[in-house]
Amino acid sequence: MRLRGSYGYVVYLLPLTFLALFYFYPLLAILDIGLRPDGWLDLSAFLRLLSTDYYLGVFLFTLYQATLSTALTLFLALPCAYVFSRYRFAGKSLLLSLATLPFVLPTVVVALAFMSLVGRRGLVNDLLMTLFSLDYTPVQLERTLAIVIIVHVFYNFAIALRIMTGYWSAQGIAAEEAARVLGADEWALWRDIRLPLIQPALLSAAALVFMFTFTSFGVVLILGGIRFATLEVQIYYQAISLFNLPMAGALSLLQIVAMFALMTAYTHLQRGLQSAIGAGKAVARPVKSPRERSLVWGVVIFIFALLFTPLLALVARSALNNGALDMSNYAALAESSRGSLLFIAPIEAVANSLRFALISTSMALIIGMIASFMIVGRGGLARLVDPLLMLPLATSAVTLGFGFIVALDEPPLNLRASWLIIPISHTLVAFPFVVRSVLPSLRAIPSSVREAAQVLGARPFDLLRTIDLPLVSRGIAVGATFAFTVSMGEFGASLFVAQRESVTIPVVIYRLIGDPGLASYRQALAMSVILLLVCALGFVMIERLRVAGVGEF
Amino acid sequence: MFTRSVLALLLLVLIVPAVFSQENDTVVVVTHDSFAASEIVLEAFEAHTGMTVEILRGGDAGTMVNQSILSVNNPLGDVLYGIDNTFLSRALDAEIFVAYQSPELQFVDESFVPGVDHLVTPIDYGDVCLNYDIAYFEDNEVDLPSSLADLTLAEYKGLLVVQNPATSSPGLAFLLATIAVFGDEEDYTFLDYWRDLRSNDVLVVDGWTEAYYGEFSAPGRDTGARPLVVSYASSPPAEVLFSENPEDGPFTGALVGDDMCFRQVEYAGVLVNARNPEGARQFVDFMLSPAFQEDLPLNMFVFPVREDILLPDIFAELAEIPAQPAALEPADIEANREDWIGAWSEVMLR
Repeated sequence: MRLRGSYGYVVYLLPLTFLALFYFYPLLAILDIGLRPDGWLDLSAFLRLLSTDYYLGVFLFTLYQATLSTALTLFLALPCAYVFSRYRFAGKSLLLSLATLPFVLPTVVVALAFMSLVGRRGLVNDLLMTLFSLDYTPVQLERTLAIVIIVHVFYNFAIALRIMTGYWSAQGIAAEEAARVLGADEWALWRDIRLPLIQPALLSAAALVFMFTFTSFGVVLILGGIRFATLEVQIYYQAISLFNLPMAGALSLLQIVAMFALMTAYTHLQRGLQSAIGAGKAVARPVKSPRERSLVWGVVIFIFALLFTPLLALVARSALNNGALDMSNYAALAESSRGSLLFIAPIEAVANSLRFALISTSMALIIGMIASFMIVGRGGLARLVDPLLMLPLATSAVTLGFGFIVALDEPPLNLRASWLIIPISHTLVAFPFVVRSVLPSLRAIPSSVREAAQVLGARPFDLLRTIDLPLVSRGIAVGATFAFTVSMGEFGASLFVAQRESVTIPVVIYRLIGDPGLASYRQALAMSVILLLVCALGFVMIERLRVAGVGEF
Repeated sequence: MFTRSVLALLLLVLIVPAVFSQENDTVVVVTHDSFAASEIVLEAFEAHTGMTVEILRGGDAGTMVNQSILSVNNPLGDVLYGIDNTFLSRALDAEIFVAYQSPELQFVDESFVPGVDHLVTPIDYGDVCLNYDIAYFEDNEVDLPSSLADLTLAEYKGLLVVQNPATSSPGLAFLLATIAVFGDEEDYTFLDYWRDLRSNDVLVVDGWTEAYYGEFSAPGRDTGARPLVVSYASSPPAEVLFSENPEDGPFTGALVGDDMCFRQVEYAGVLVNARNPEGARQFVDFMLSPAFQEDLPLNMFVFPVREDILLPDIFAELAEIPAQPAALEPADIEANREDWIGAWSEVMLR
């Protein structure tokens, strides 16, 4: 339908080729080694998988915690997204951008930040014990399912908030106003108007959050402790600690198949939704009544409490020494103090990270946009392709990383030790974000708009430039923001492939935080703060580019 | 517009790798993320041999070993450095090394050399030992534990934090120490010991960082409350060296009594099918040379295997080396790893 003409189908080959070369080929290669070690299919790992209660338990727990995490994330993000898309207030777009920051931080850093807040001897307990003169610690979250879910919400809140806000902001409010005039109360408005309207974006966000929490690794391992294990944790244990590739392969396959089934159901659900409301005028308006003001304040305070207090705890710990401001850890980062190789100056790591993030974001945008146009088109191909595009998110990073090692080892694809494998593995995780961010808005463009334009003589390229791109610009910006973040945070398989001198910010953090000595530790925290700052700058740039590109719509 | 970007991207992907062709004036070293060496030392090697050293970081030690096994027919590099005795057997079984006997081995104590076939060469070692918070034991007038068995006594209840052996290298090393000491067949097995540790409120966390910075009570950590942690014999000097007020140290100590630590020896080996085997051998020699051996402690907090090396002052002053660490055969470790960790998990979770 879109991108019609002779070039259209050639362009569609790009996302498919990318997936085939850098996802399916490595994945099949490593599964082949694991599941067909002697040339024929060895099902013993599957039999073990099915015959022990243990793995069933792991699977059910994985499903359970992901469902809880997703539900809670959406439940909390929904009202916030509504307020963000309906009201204009100072600092709104900055706040939206900054809400994405938690996403980029390494789990080990986040875990330490949370413990300094809500741990046994954390700030919250200190405060409560002093305030109410208690002689026990009232908040006991360490190594509980609750803290796992809370940190999942911390990480994934922005996905739900931004995707829903981006979509809602481009929707008119005519239906809502009409209903209000007809006497609908707040409850009826949510049930009959708002929820049905936001459904496509809600589902999009749910799919992403579910994927992310289903494959959760560090959060469960570090904050949950040894009592909890997800499939991803088991795959890591089998693949790295035990080098049991048949079992790791069987578990990976189970994870992928489960997610594929879920995504297929989701795709069908998503396609059934017809929600072409049309672009209204700018719907966000200034706050008028005291009630609205308290709404906005409530949301802002909530976001601060959930997302920014852990970040502030991190900043404080990196810059405070015995209660006094001490920037020496930042200064120490500027020099390669030990004169040692690979202990490089952070400025170089920042440059490397930015370079990879720029390449990954561009690749993710190009591939993600083309894929979105392909999916939105009619036909059986699109229906099949949509869930396939999400599979990289459902695939264990270890498995794919080992896949790169065994598959991409010969020219012309001798990439396994080249720096290119880093942006490629980031793109695999990043482009589904672009697709899920863009798709709801793209689907919501009524065909009458483009038909009218065609009647008036618009060529396909004009349609793209004047109708599609402006209407989905928010979605593109959201997708770009996440793609950028995914790459800055080194998501995906890149940590499991061999890297040459390309030391990135997360690698420096892991390195520093693995060394004994408080100075190393505080420098790791300082480096994490630098990561946050660089990301925040990136978000501002992306937002500017969007506004400069299409104008505020 | 789209088509052009597409073609450009495809070209980029296909052409750029050609730049990374291998030549014999480069030696590629596959190693783990913790690898560090002084630039000046590596430059001296490059100047001396005329070869360029390329460092390929493959993740943690286990990841790196597994990658090298998977790529045995077309190896990632020429020489692998950083495989330790807990993973050695796995690599030897997979036959990823070719034998090489470095002339520098004459300066290395024989006890470090595994077997007689010289498939790998020992480079350095580090001991996983309990670290203690000096202030706690002084202030509370508690005696330091003098054996692993002591840790089950009432006075050490709730004091110890260890790492999960399934995912953490020091965590596994400490479990192995308990297996070496208590065995798995005697009346009181290592599992009985862990049961007692559990009743004595031992805390298990995921990794070294969470234990050392999150739970250990040494100065400067605001959340840690446990004065005993599994770490390395080299941690106390590093804790002083990288402290904000070194003159106040030492803050921590290591318990290095007999059968209280587990020794991790790191090896290097020339990879099968290496493109530059001569360069690989030269690099192994270089890693045993005084220049590299002297450089080890301050870069990676490990000790040189060469006997004739002077330790840096801070290590000479504060690092204690256990005279008799607990030991297990690499082959036993590989053969039993899954069963031991599985049995341990049962005990700790039930």
